[in-house]
Amino acid sequence: MIQELPKISISLFPKSDFPNLLTLVNGQPLAYLDSAASAQKPHVATEATSMFVEHQYANVHRGVHTLSQLATDAYERVRDQVKVVLNAADRNEIIFTKGCTESVNLVAQSFARPMLRPGDEILLTELEHHSNIVPWQLVAQATGAKVVAARIHDNGELDLEDFKSKLNANTKIVAFTHISNALGTILPAKELTAMAHAVGATVLIDGAQSGPHAAIDVQDIGADFYVLSIHKMYGPTGVGVLFGKLNLLEAMPPYQGGGSMIRSVSFEETTFAELPAKFEAGTPNIAGVVGLGATLDYIAGKNWNRETWVNRISEIGDYEATVREYGVSLLAEIDGLTVHGDAEEMAGIISFTVKNAHPHDLGTILDQHGVAVRAGHHCCQPLMHRLGVPATARASIAAYNDLEDMDRLAAAVQSAKELFG
Amino acid sequence: MSWDLRDLYQETILDHQKHPRGKGNLPDATHSATGFNPLCGDKVTIQLRINDGKIDEIRFDGEGCAICMSSASMMTVSLQGTPVSDAEDLFQRIQKFLTANDESAAMEDIDSLGDLAALGGVRRLPVRIKCANLPWHTFNSAVHGEQNAKTE
Ligand SMILES: Cc1ncc(COP(=O)(O)O)c(C=O)c1O
Repeated sequence: MIQELPKISISLFPKSDFPNLLTLVNGQPLAYLDSAASAQKPHVATEATSMFVEHQYANVHRGVHTLSQLATDAYERVRDQVKVVLNAADRNEIIFTKGCTESVNLVAQSFARPMLRPGDEILLTELEHHSNIVPWQLVAQATGAKVVAARIHDNGELDLEDFKSKLNANTKIVAFTHISNALGTILPAKELTAMAHAVGATVLIDGAQSGPHAAIDVQDIGADFYVLSIHKMYGPTGVGVLFGKLNLLEAMPPYQGGGSMIRSVSFEETTFAELPAKFEAGTPNIAGVVGLGATLDYIAGKNWNRETWVNRISEIGDYEATVREYGVSLLAEIDGLTVHGDAEEMAGIISFTVKNAHPHDLGTILDQHGVAVRAGHHCCQPLMHRLGVPATARASIAAYNDLEDMDRLAAAVQSAKELFG
Repeated sequence: MSWDLRDLYQETILDHQKHPRGKGNLPDATHSATGFNPLCGDKVTIQLRINDGKIDEIRFDGEGCAICMSSASMMTVSLQGTPVSDAEDLFQRIQKFLTANDESAAMEDIDSLGDLAALGGVRRLPVRIKCANLPWHTFNSAVHGEQNAKTE
Protein backbone atom coordinates (compact mmCIF):
# COMPACT_ATOMS: atom_id res chain seq x y z
CA MET A 1 0.00 0.00 0.00
CA ILE A 2 2.65 2.50 1.08
CA GLN A 3 5.05 1.28 -1.60
CA GLU A 4 2.49 1.96 -4.32
CA LEU A 5 2.60 5.68 -3.78
CA PRO A 6 5.12 7.49 -5.91
CA LYS A 7 7.90 8.82 -3.73
CA ILE A 8 8.16 12.55 -4.28
CA SER A 9 11.73 13.53 -3.59
CA ILE A 10 11.38 17.05 -4.93
CA SER A 11 8.61 19.20 -3.57
CA LEU A 12 6.32 21.19 -5.84
CA PHE A 13 7.88 24.40 -4.58
CA PRO A 14 11.63 23.84 -4.18
CA LYS A 15 12.62 24.27 -0.53
CA SER A 16 15.55 26.33 -1.73
CA ASP A 17 13.12 29.04 -2.87
CA PHE A 18 12.30 29.61 0.81
CA PRO A 19 15.41 30.69 2.74
CA ASN A 20 13.86 30.00 6.13
CA LEU A 21 13.29 26.35 5.22
CA LEU A 22 17.04 25.90 4.94
CA THR A 23 17.77 26.91 8.54
CA LEU A 24 18.87 24.27 10.99
CA VAL A 25 16.61 23.87 14.01
CA ASN A 26 18.16 22.25 17.06
CA GLY A 27 20.96 21.09 14.82
CA GLN A 28 18.57 19.36 12.43
CA PRO A 29 17.33 20.28 8.97
CA LEU A 30 13.90 21.82 9.30
CA ALA A 31 10.75 19.89 8.44
CA TYR A 32 8.33 22.81 8.61
CA LEU A 33 4.83 21.44 9.10
CA ASP A 34 3.11 24.51 10.49
CA SER A 35 2.07 26.37 7.35
CA ALA A 36 -1.58 26.42 8.43
CA ALA A 37 -0.46 28.81 11.18
CA SER A 38 1.67 30.79 8.76
CA ALA A 39 3.49 29.87 5.56
CA GLN A 40 7.14 30.61 4.79
CA LYS A 41 7.92 33.27 2.20
CA PRO A 42 9.57 32.77 -1.18
CA HIS A 43 12.76 34.77 -1.57
CA VAL A 44 11.77 36.22 -4.94
CA ALA A 45 8.70 37.80 -3.38
CA THR A 46 10.50 39.33 -0.40
CA GLU A 47 13.16 40.58 -2.78
CA ALA A 48 10.58 42.13 -5.11
CA THR A 49 9.00 43.78 -2.08
CA SER A 50 12.25 45.33 -0.95
CA MET A 51 12.97 46.46 -4.54
CA PHE A 52 9.62 48.21 -4.49
CA VAL A 53 10.26 49.79 -1.09
CA GLU A 54 13.70 50.99 -2.12
CA HIS A 55 12.85 52.25 -5.60
CA GLN A 56 9.15 52.92 -6.11
CA TYR A 57 7.75 53.58 -2.70
CA ALA A 58 5.49 56.49 -1.78
CA ASN A 59 2.03 56.79 -0.28
CA VAL A 60 -0.83 55.65 -2.48
CA HIS A 61 -3.86 57.61 -3.70
CA ARG A 62 -2.35 60.77 -2.26
CA GLY A 63 -0.29 62.62 -4.79
CA VAL A 64 0.32 63.67 -8.33
CA HIS A 65 4.04 63.10 -8.15
CA THR A 66 5.68 60.26 -10.03
CA LEU A 67 6.48 57.93 -7.16
CA SER A 68 3.01 58.22 -5.71
CA GLN A 69 1.64 57.25 -9.09
CA LEU A 70 4.02 54.29 -9.40
CA ALA A 71 3.14 53.07 -5.93
CA THR A 72 -0.57 53.49 -6.56
CA ASP A 73 -0.29 51.50 -9.79
CA ALA A 74 1.64 48.72 -8.06
CA TYR A 75 -0.89 48.60 -5.23
CA GLU A 76 -3.93 48.64 -7.48
CA ARG A 77 -2.47 46.01 -9.81
CA VAL A 78 -2.67 43.57 -6.91
CA ARG A 79 -6.36 44.28 -6.48
CA ASP A 80 -6.84 43.12 -10.06
CA GLN A 81 -4.80 40.00 -9.33
CA VAL A 82 -6.88 39.14 -6.27
CA LYS A 83 -10.03 39.68 -8.31
CA VAL A 84 -8.75 36.95 -10.63
CA VAL A 85 -7.77 34.63 -7.75
CA LEU A 86 -11.31 34.79 -6.38
CA ASN A 87 -13.02 35.25 -9.75
CA ALA A 88 -14.86 38.29 -8.44
CA ALA A 89 -17.08 40.14 -10.90
CA ASP A 90 -15.72 43.59 -10.08
CA ARG A 91 -12.37 44.88 -8.81
CA ASN A 92 -14.21 47.14 -6.35
CA GLU A 93 -15.40 44.01 -4.56
CA ILE A 94 -11.85 43.44 -3.30
CA ILE A 95 -10.98 45.28 -0.07
CA PHE A 96 -7.53 45.09 1.51
CA THR A 97 -7.56 44.75 5.30
CA LYS A 98 -4.89 43.93 7.83
CA GLY A 99 -5.91 40.29 8.07
CA CYS A 100 -8.59 37.69 7.82
CA THR A 101 -9.64 38.51 11.37
CA GLU A 102 -10.15 42.17 10.50
CA SER A 103 -12.15 41.18 7.43
CA VAL A 104 -14.60 39.18 9.56
CA ASN A 105 -14.86 41.99 12.09
CA LEU A 106 -15.51 44.49 9.32
CA VAL A 107 -18.47 42.47 8.05
CA ALA A 108 -19.74 41.81 11.58
CA GLN A 109 -19.66 45.48 12.53
CA SER A 110 -20.57 47.20 9.26
CA PHE A 111 -22.95 44.71 7.73
CA ALA A 112 -24.42 42.60 10.54
CA ARG A 113 -24.61 45.00 13.44
CA PRO A 114 -26.87 47.65 11.87
CA MET A 115 -29.15 44.96 10.47
CA LEU A 116 -29.56 42.41 13.28
CA ARG A 117 -32.58 42.50 15.56
CA PRO A 118 -33.31 40.66 18.83
CA GLY A 119 -34.20 37.06 18.04
CA ASP A 120 -32.23 36.97 14.79
CA GLU A 121 -29.79 34.09 14.44
CA ILE A 122 -26.21 33.78 13.25
CA LEU A 123 -25.42 30.24 12.18
CA LEU A 124 -21.82 29.01 12.48
CA THR A 125 -20.34 25.51 12.59
CA GLU A 126 -18.45 23.59 15.26
CA LEU A 127 -15.37 23.76 13.05
CA GLU A 128 -14.88 27.51 13.30
CA HIS A 129 -11.71 29.32 14.27
CA HIS A 130 -12.18 31.78 17.15
CA SER A 131 -11.88 34.59 14.61
CA ASN A 132 -15.09 33.38 12.98
CA ILE A 133 -16.86 33.01 16.33
CA VAL A 134 -15.95 35.91 18.59
CA PRO A 135 -16.76 38.78 16.14
CA TRP A 136 -20.26 37.29 15.79
CA GLN A 137 -20.67 36.92 19.53
CA LEU A 138 -19.79 40.58 19.93
CA VAL A 139 -22.48 41.71 17.49
CA ALA A 140 -24.92 39.22 18.98
CA GLN A 141 -24.38 40.77 22.41
CA ALA A 142 -24.81 44.25 20.98
CA THR A 143 -28.01 43.47 19.06
CA GLY A 144 -29.79 40.71 20.97
CA ALA A 145 -29.20 38.23 18.17
CA LYS A 146 -28.23 34.65 18.94
CA VAL A 147 -25.24 32.58 17.82
CA VAL A 148 -26.07 29.00 16.81
CA ALA A 149 -23.57 26.33 15.72
CA ALA A 150 -24.19 23.44 13.32
CA ARG A 151 -22.80 20.12 14.50
CA ILE A 152 -20.16 17.95 12.88
CA HIS A 153 -19.97 14.19 12.57
CA ASP A 154 -17.24 12.32 14.45
CA ASN A 155 -15.14 12.18 11.29
CA GLY A 156 -15.02 15.98 11.12
CA GLU A 157 -17.54 16.33 8.33
CA LEU A 158 -20.28 18.91 8.75
CA ASP A 159 -23.62 17.34 9.67
CA LEU A 160 -25.67 18.66 6.75
CA GLU A 161 -28.94 17.58 8.32
CA ASP A 162 -28.15 19.54 11.45
CA PHE A 163 -27.02 22.53 9.41
CA LYS A 164 -30.26 22.45 7.48
CA SER A 165 -32.39 22.05 10.57
CA LYS A 166 -30.78 25.12 12.13
CA LEU A 167 -31.60 27.32 9.15
CA ASN A 168 -34.89 29.19 9.53
CA ALA A 169 -36.56 32.51 8.82
CA ASN A 170 -34.64 34.09 11.73
CA THR A 171 -31.24 33.10 10.32
CA LYS A 172 -29.74 36.32 9.03
CA ILE A 173 -26.05 35.43 8.80
CA VAL A 174 -24.38 32.13 8.00
CA ALA A 175 -20.60 32.04 8.47
CA PHE A 176 -18.48 28.96 7.96
CA THR A 177 -14.93 27.99 7.15
CA HIS A 178 -14.17 26.64 3.68
CA ILE A 179 -11.41 24.40 5.06
CA SER A 180 -11.05 23.58 8.75
CA ASN A 181 -7.68 24.71 10.10
CA ALA A 182 -7.79 22.18 12.93
CA LEU A 183 -8.81 19.05 11.00
CA GLY A 184 -8.47 19.79 7.29
CA THR A 185 -12.10 19.07 6.44
CA ILE A 186 -13.21 20.73 3.19
CA LEU A 187 -16.77 22.03 3.40
CA PRO A 188 -19.21 21.99 0.47
CA ALA A 189 -19.25 25.78 0.23
CA LYS A 190 -21.56 26.07 -2.75
CA GLU A 191 -24.17 23.71 -1.33
CA LEU A 192 -24.13 25.39 2.09
CA THR A 193 -24.40 28.82 0.50
CA ALA A 194 -27.42 27.76 -1.56
CA MET A 195 -29.10 26.36 1.56
CA ALA A 196 -28.44 29.59 3.46
CA HIS A 197 -29.70 31.72 0.60
CA ALA A 198 -32.87 29.68 0.48
CA VAL A 199 -33.87 31.12 3.88
CA GLY A 200 -32.68 34.59 2.92
CA ALA A 201 -29.46 34.59 4.98
CA THR A 202 -26.25 36.34 3.98
CA VAL A 203 -23.16 34.14 3.77
CA LEU A 204 -19.58 34.80 4.88
CA ILE A 205 -16.98 32.16 4.06
CA ASP A 206 -13.69 32.02 5.96
CA GLY A 207 -11.09 31.25 3.30
CA ALA A 208 -8.03 31.50 5.57
CA GLN A 209 -7.13 27.88 4.83
CA SER A 210 -8.56 27.50 1.34
CA GLY A 211 -6.71 30.46 -0.18
CA PRO A 212 -3.34 28.68 -0.45
CA HIS A 213 -4.73 25.23 -1.31
CA ALA A 214 -7.83 25.40 -3.50
CA ALA A 215 -9.32 27.11 -6.52
CA ILE A 216 -11.95 29.58 -5.33
CA ASP A 217 -14.75 30.99 -7.44
CA VAL A 218 -16.88 33.35 -5.39
CA GLN A 219 -19.41 33.73 -8.20
CA ASP A 220 -19.87 30.01 -8.63
CA ILE A 221 -20.11 29.49 -4.86
CA GLY A 222 -22.48 32.44 -4.60
CA ALA A 223 -20.64 33.80 -1.54
CA ASP A 224 -21.76 37.19 -0.26
CA PHE A 225 -18.50 37.69 1.63
CA TYR A 226 -15.26 35.72 1.37
CA VAL A 227 -12.16 36.46 3.45
CA LEU A 228 -8.48 35.56 2.99
CA SER A 229 -5.41 35.57 5.21
CA ILE A 230 -2.41 36.47 3.06
CA HIS A 231 0.37 35.32 5.39
CA LYS A 232 -0.98 31.79 5.08
CA MET A 233 -0.69 32.09 1.28
CA TYR A 234 3.13 32.51 1.38
CA GLY A 235 2.61 36.28 1.47
CA PRO A 236 3.46 38.95 4.03
CA THR A 237 1.84 39.40 7.43
CA GLY A 238 -0.48 42.33 8.00
CA VAL A 239 -2.53 41.88 4.84
CA GLY A 240 -5.97 40.36 4.51
CA VAL A 241 -8.64 40.38 1.85
CA LEU A 242 -12.33 40.95 2.07
CA PHE A 243 -14.42 40.10 -0.95
CA GLY A 244 -17.98 41.43 -0.73
CA LYS A 245 -20.72 41.61 -3.32
CA LEU A 246 -20.85 45.09 -4.76
CA ASN A 247 -24.42 45.86 -3.74
CA LEU A 248 -23.73 44.77 -0.14
CA LEU A 249 -20.51 46.76 0.20
CA GLU A 250 -22.16 49.80 -1.33
CA ALA A 251 -24.99 49.74 1.17
CA MET A 252 -22.73 49.25 4.19
CA PRO A 253 -21.49 52.14 6.37
CA PRO A 254 -17.71 52.50 6.69
CA TYR A 255 -15.90 50.38 9.27
CA GLN A 256 -13.25 52.93 10.22
CA GLY A 257 -13.00 56.62 9.54
CA GLY A 258 -9.91 58.46 8.42
CA GLY A 259 -7.95 59.52 5.40
CA SER A 260 -8.53 58.04 1.96
CA MET A 261 -12.07 56.91 2.72
CA ILE A 262 -13.72 60.30 2.29
CA ARG A 263 -15.02 62.38 -0.56
CA SER A 264 -15.28 65.60 1.39
CA VAL A 265 -14.98 66.44 5.04
CA SER A 266 -16.27 69.38 7.01
CA PHE A 267 -17.06 69.51 10.70
CA GLU A 268 -20.74 69.43 9.84
CA GLU A 269 -20.71 66.57 7.40
CA THR A 270 -18.48 64.03 5.70
CA THR A 271 -19.32 62.17 2.55
CA PHE A 272 -17.60 58.91 1.89
CA ALA A 273 -15.49 57.77 -0.99
CA GLU A 274 -16.58 55.17 -3.49
CA LEU A 275 -15.55 51.53 -3.17
CA PRO A 276 -13.03 50.20 -2.46
CA ALA A 277 -11.59 53.31 -0.76
CA LYS A 278 -14.59 53.55 1.59
CA PHE A 279 -13.28 50.51 3.46
CA GLU A 280 -9.58 51.30 3.30
CA ALA A 281 -9.26 54.15 5.80
CA GLY A 282 -5.76 55.41 6.43
CA THR A 283 -2.51 54.49 4.76
CA PRO A 284 -2.76 50.79 3.95
CA ASN A 285 -0.02 48.16 4.16
CA ILE A 286 1.40 49.25 0.81
CA ALA A 287 4.52 47.11 0.85
CA GLY A 288 2.53 44.15 2.11
CA VAL A 289 0.00 44.38 -0.71
CA VAL A 290 2.77 44.73 -3.29
CA GLY A 291 4.44 41.71 -1.66
CA LEU A 292 1.20 39.79 -2.09
CA GLY A 293 1.31 40.55 -5.81
CA ALA A 294 4.87 39.25 -6.06
CA THR A 295 3.87 36.16 -4.09
CA LEU A 296 1.00 35.40 -6.46
CA ASP A 297 3.46 35.75 -9.37
CA TYR A 298 5.73 33.26 -7.65
CA ILE A 299 2.92 30.78 -7.13
CA ALA A 300 1.45 30.92 -10.62
CA GLY A 301 4.36 32.15 -12.76
CA LYS A 302 4.71 35.41 -14.67
CA ASN A 303 1.72 36.61 -16.71
CA TRP A 304 -0.66 34.18 -15.13
CA ASN A 305 -4.39 34.42 -15.75
CA ARG A 306 -7.51 32.84 -14.30
CA GLU A 307 -6.98 29.58 -16.11
CA THR A 308 -3.31 29.17 -15.21
CA TRP A 309 -4.05 30.20 -11.62
CA VAL A 310 -6.79 27.60 -11.27
CA ASN A 311 -4.55 24.92 -12.78
CA ARG A 312 -1.66 25.78 -10.52
CA ILE A 313 -3.59 26.04 -7.26
CA SER A 314 -5.43 22.79 -8.06
CA GLU A 315 -2.10 21.13 -8.71
CA ILE A 316 -0.91 22.40 -5.31
CA GLY A 317 -4.01 21.03 -3.58
CA ASP A 318 -3.63 17.63 -5.26
CA TYR A 319 0.06 17.48 -4.44
CA GLU A 320 -0.57 18.26 -0.78
CA ALA A 321 -3.31 15.62 -0.65
CA THR A 322 -0.80 13.03 -1.92
CA VAL A 323 1.74 14.03 0.70
CA ARG A 324 -0.98 13.89 3.35
CA GLU A 325 -2.09 10.44 2.27
CA TYR A 326 1.47 9.18 2.60
CA GLY A 327 1.87 10.84 6.01
CA VAL A 328 -1.39 9.39 7.29
CA SER A 329 -0.38 5.91 6.09
CA LEU A 330 2.85 6.17 8.11
CA LEU A 331 1.17 7.53 11.22
CA ALA A 332 -1.53 4.86 11.03
CA GLU A 333 1.20 2.28 11.71
CA ILE A 334 1.96 3.86 15.07
CA ASP A 335 0.20 2.09 17.91
CA GLY A 336 -2.03 4.37 20.00
CA LEU A 337 -2.07 7.19 17.49
CA THR A 338 -5.41 8.67 16.42
CA VAL A 339 -5.80 10.90 13.39
CA HIS A 340 -8.71 13.30 13.95
CA GLY A 341 -10.67 14.10 10.82
CA ASP A 342 -11.40 11.54 8.20
CA ALA A 343 -13.91 13.28 5.98
CA GLU A 344 -14.41 12.44 2.33
CA GLU A 345 -12.75 15.73 1.35
CA MET A 346 -9.57 16.59 3.24
CA ALA A 347 -6.94 19.29 2.72
CA GLY A 348 -3.28 18.91 3.71
CA ILE A 349 -3.73 18.87 7.45
CA ILE A 350 -3.09 15.96 9.80
CA SER A 351 -4.43 16.48 13.29
CA PHE A 352 -3.52 13.73 15.70
CA THR A 353 -3.19 12.61 19.28
CA VAL A 354 -1.05 9.85 20.77
CA LYS A 355 -2.10 7.80 23.77
CA ASN A 356 -0.18 8.80 26.92
CA ALA A 357 1.69 11.59 25.14
CA HIS A 358 0.19 15.04 25.49
CA PRO A 359 0.28 17.16 22.28
CA HIS A 360 2.52 19.69 24.02
CA ASP A 361 5.09 17.11 24.86
CA LEU A 362 4.86 15.83 21.30
CA GLY A 363 5.41 19.37 20.04
CA THR A 364 8.54 19.81 22.14
CA ILE A 365 9.97 16.41 21.22
CA LEU A 366 9.25 16.82 17.52
CA ASP A 367 10.90 20.23 17.65
CA GLN A 368 14.05 18.65 19.03
CA HIS A 369 14.03 16.50 15.89
CA GLY A 370 13.69 19.58 13.69
CA VAL A 371 10.01 18.84 12.98
CA ALA A 372 7.83 21.93 13.51
CA VAL A 373 4.18 21.19 14.25
CA ARG A 374 1.49 23.09 16.07
CA ALA A 375 0.34 21.66 19.38
CA GLY A 376 -2.72 23.07 21.06
CA HIS A 377 -6.33 23.93 20.46
CA HIS A 378 -5.64 25.73 17.16
CA CYS A 379 -7.92 28.62 18.20
CA CYS A 380 -10.79 26.11 17.99
CA GLN A 381 -11.74 25.42 21.60
CA PRO A 382 -15.38 24.55 20.81
CA LEU A 383 -14.13 21.98 18.28
CA MET A 384 -11.66 20.45 20.75
CA HIS A 385 -14.51 20.18 23.23
CA ARG A 386 -16.63 18.46 20.58
CA LEU A 387 -13.84 15.98 19.81
CA GLY A 388 -13.31 15.35 23.51
CA VAL A 389 -9.62 16.21 23.48
CA PRO A 390 -7.92 19.15 25.21
CA ALA A 391 -5.62 19.68 22.25
CA THR A 392 -4.12 17.95 19.25
CA ALA A 393 -0.82 17.99 17.42
CA ARG A 394 -1.22 19.27 13.88
CA ALA A 395 1.05 18.78 10.91
CA SER A 396 0.04 21.04 8.05
CA ILE A 397 1.36 20.54 4.56
CA ALA A 398 2.30 23.15 2.01
CA ALA A 399 3.64 22.94 -1.54
CA TYR A 400 7.23 22.98 -0.25
CA ASN A 401 6.81 19.89 1.90
CA ASP A 402 7.80 16.47 0.61
CA LEU A 403 7.46 12.83 1.53
CA GLU A 404 10.69 12.96 3.49
CA ASP A 405 9.07 15.51 5.81
CA MET A 406 6.39 12.87 6.48
CA ASP A 407 9.05 10.22 7.15
CA ARG A 408 10.68 12.53 9.66
CA LEU A 409 7.35 13.35 11.28
CA ALA A 410 6.54 9.68 11.73
CA ALA A 411 10.01 8.85 13.06
CA ALA A 412 9.88 11.70 15.56
CA VAL A 413 6.41 10.68 16.76
CA GLN A 414 7.68 7.13 17.14
CA SER A 415 10.53 8.29 19.35
CA ALA A 416 8.14 10.37 21.47
CA LYS A 417 5.99 7.30 21.87
CA GLU A 418 8.92 5.30 23.12
CA LEU A 419 9.61 7.95 25.74
CA PHE A 420 6.08 7.95 27.10
CA GLY A 421 5.43 4.26 26.57
CA MET B 1 17.00 10.90 21.90
CA SER B 2 19.03 14.06 22.15
CA TRP B 3 20.59 15.36 25.32
CA ASP B 4 18.07 18.18 25.64
CA LEU B 5 15.11 15.86 25.72
CA ARG B 6 16.55 13.65 28.42
CA ASP B 7 17.28 16.81 30.37
CA LEU B 8 13.65 17.88 30.09
CA TYR B 9 11.95 14.53 30.45
CA GLN B 10 13.96 13.18 33.35
CA GLU B 11 13.02 9.81 34.86
CA THR B 12 11.40 11.52 37.85
CA ILE B 13 9.11 13.47 35.54
CA LEU B 14 8.13 10.45 33.49
CA ASP B 15 7.55 8.43 36.65
CA HIS B 16 5.21 11.05 38.13
CA GLN B 17 3.42 11.37 34.81
CA LYS B 18 2.81 7.64 34.55
CA HIS B 19 2.06 7.14 38.25
CA PRO B 20 0.63 10.41 39.54
CA ARG B 21 0.59 10.89 43.31
CA GLY B 22 -2.05 12.89 45.13
CA LYS B 23 -4.43 12.81 42.19
CA GLY B 24 -8.14 12.90 42.88
CA ASN B 25 -10.86 14.75 44.67
CA LEU B 26 -10.86 16.06 48.24
CA PRO B 27 -14.49 16.29 49.33
CA ASP B 28 -13.77 18.17 52.58
CA ALA B 29 -11.38 20.70 51.08
CA THR B 30 -11.16 24.06 52.79
CA HIS B 31 -9.36 25.76 49.90
CA SER B 32 -9.38 25.14 46.20
CA ALA B 33 -8.58 26.82 42.90
CA THR B 34 -8.48 25.94 39.23
CA GLY B 35 -5.72 27.14 36.97
CA PHE B 36 -5.76 27.41 33.18
CA ASN B 37 -3.13 28.01 30.62
CA PRO B 38 -5.16 29.67 27.88
CA LEU B 39 -2.36 29.16 25.39
CA CYS B 40 -2.48 25.39 25.47
CA GLY B 41 -5.62 24.46 27.38
CA ASP B 42 -3.83 22.88 30.35
CA LYS B 43 -6.11 22.80 33.36
CA VAL B 44 -5.27 21.98 36.98
CA THR B 45 -7.43 21.98 40.07
CA ILE B 46 -5.74 22.05 43.47
CA GLN B 47 -7.71 21.20 46.60
CA LEU B 48 -6.37 21.68 50.12
CA ARG B 49 -7.60 20.86 53.59
CA ILE B 50 -5.88 23.35 55.83
CA ASN B 51 -6.17 22.88 59.56
CA ASP B 52 -4.45 25.03 62.12
CA GLY B 53 -2.03 26.52 59.62
CA LYS B 54 -1.05 23.13 58.26
CA ILE B 55 -1.85 21.41 54.94
CA ASP B 56 -3.47 18.20 56.18
CA GLU B 57 -4.40 17.02 52.71
CA ILE B 58 -3.67 18.12 49.17
CA ARG B 59 -5.01 16.74 45.89
CA PHE B 60 -4.72 17.75 42.29
CA ASP B 61 -6.79 16.92 39.28
CA GLY B 62 -6.75 18.07 35.71
CA GLU B 63 -5.48 17.59 32.26
CA GLY B 64 -2.24 18.69 30.73
CA CYS B 65 1.17 17.80 29.43
CA ALA B 66 3.71 15.62 31.20
CA ILE B 67 5.53 18.62 32.63
CA CYS B 68 2.40 20.12 34.13
CA MET B 69 0.98 16.86 35.48
CA SER B 70 4.23 15.68 37.01
CA SER B 71 4.84 19.10 38.52
CA ALA B 72 1.42 18.87 40.18
CA SER B 73 2.08 15.33 41.34
CA MET B 74 5.46 16.22 42.84
CA MET B 75 3.92 19.27 44.47
CA THR B 76 1.39 17.18 46.37
CA VAL B 77 4.22 15.00 47.68
CA SER B 78 6.21 18.05 48.80
CA LEU B 79 3.34 19.88 50.44
CA GLN B 80 1.41 17.09 52.09
CA GLY B 81 1.51 17.68 55.85
CA THR B 82 3.59 20.85 55.76
CA PRO B 83 2.81 24.14 57.49
CA VAL B 84 1.31 26.69 55.09
CA SER B 85 4.17 29.07 55.78
CA ASP B 86 6.72 26.43 54.66
CA ALA B 87 4.62 25.74 51.56
CA GLU B 88 4.60 29.42 50.68
CA ASP B 89 8.32 29.56 51.17
CA LEU B 90 8.73 26.61 48.80
CA PHE B 91 6.45 28.35 46.29
CA GLN B 92 8.83 31.33 46.33
CA ARG B 93 11.89 29.11 45.89
CA ILE B 94 10.21 27.33 42.97
CA GLN B 95 9.44 30.69 41.35
CA LYS B 96 13.07 31.67 41.57
CA PHE B 97 14.23 28.27 40.35
CA LEU B 98 11.97 28.26 37.29
CA THR B 99 11.94 31.90 36.29
CA ALA B 100 15.03 33.78 37.56
CA ASN B 101 16.96 35.14 34.61
CA ASP B 102 20.22 34.74 36.40
CA GLU B 103 21.28 31.10 36.26
CA SER B 104 23.29 31.15 39.49
CA ALA B 105 20.43 32.81 41.39
CA ALA B 106 18.08 30.17 40.03
CA MET B 107 20.34 27.35 41.15
CA GLU B 108 20.96 28.75 44.65
CA ASP B 109 18.37 26.61 46.42
CA ILE B 110 18.49 23.59 44.17
CA ASP B 111 19.73 21.27 46.92
CA SER B 112 16.65 22.03 49.00
CA LEU B 113 14.25 21.12 46.21
CA GLY B 114 14.72 17.36 46.12
CA ASP B 115 12.77 15.70 43.30
CA LEU B 116 11.40 19.07 42.23
CA ALA B 117 14.81 19.88 40.81
CA ALA B 118 13.84 17.62 37.90
CA LEU B 119 11.59 20.44 36.69
CA GLY B 120 14.66 22.54 35.94
CA GLY B 121 14.84 21.27 32.35
CA VAL B 122 12.16 23.76 31.36
CA ARG B 123 14.52 26.65 32.02
CA ARG B 124 15.99 26.05 28.58
CA LEU B 125 12.54 25.99 26.94
CA PRO B 126 10.81 29.21 27.93
CA VAL B 127 7.48 28.21 26.36
CA ARG B 128 7.29 25.26 28.74
CA ILE B 129 8.01 27.15 31.98
CA LYS B 130 4.32 27.94 32.30
CA CYS B 131 3.53 24.24 32.13
CA ALA B 132 5.71 23.52 35.17
CA ASN B 133 4.48 26.59 37.00
CA LEU B 134 0.72 26.23 36.53
CA PRO B 135 0.15 23.89 39.49
CA TRP B 136 2.20 26.17 41.76
CA HIS B 137 0.32 29.29 40.79
CA THR B 138 -2.91 27.41 41.27
CA PHE B 139 -1.78 26.32 44.73
CA ASN B 140 -0.91 29.91 45.56
CA SER B 141 -4.35 31.07 44.41
CA ALA B 142 -6.04 28.37 46.46
CA VAL B 143 -4.20 29.40 49.62
CA HIS B 144 -5.11 33.04 49.05
CA GLY B 145 -8.73 32.26 48.33
CA GLU B 146 -8.73 33.08 44.63
CA GLN B 147 -10.75 30.69 42.52
CA ASN B 148 -8.91 31.02 39.25
CA ALA B 149 -5.29 31.08 38.34
CA LYS B 150 -3.56 31.33 35.06
CA THR B 151 -0.04 31.43 33.82
CA GLU B 152 -0.44 33.80 30.92
C1 LIG C 1 -9.67 28.99 9.58
C2 LIG C 1 -9.03 30.26 10.04
N1 LIG C 1 -9.75 31.37 10.10
C3 LIG C 1 -9.22 32.54 10.48
C4 LIG C 1 -7.89 32.65 10.83
C5 LIG C 1 -7.37 33.99 11.27
O1 LIG C 1 -6.44 34.50 10.39
P1 LIG C 1 -5.55 35.74 10.78
O2 LIG C 1 -4.97 35.43 12.14
O3 LIG C 1 -4.51 35.80 9.73
O4 LIG C 1 -6.41 36.94 10.82
C6 LIG C 1 -7.10 31.51 10.80
C7 LIG C 1 -5.68 31.54 11.17
O5 LIG C 1 -5.23 31.69 12.26
C8 LIG C 1 -7.67 30.29 10.38
O6 LIG C 1 -6.95 29.17 10.31
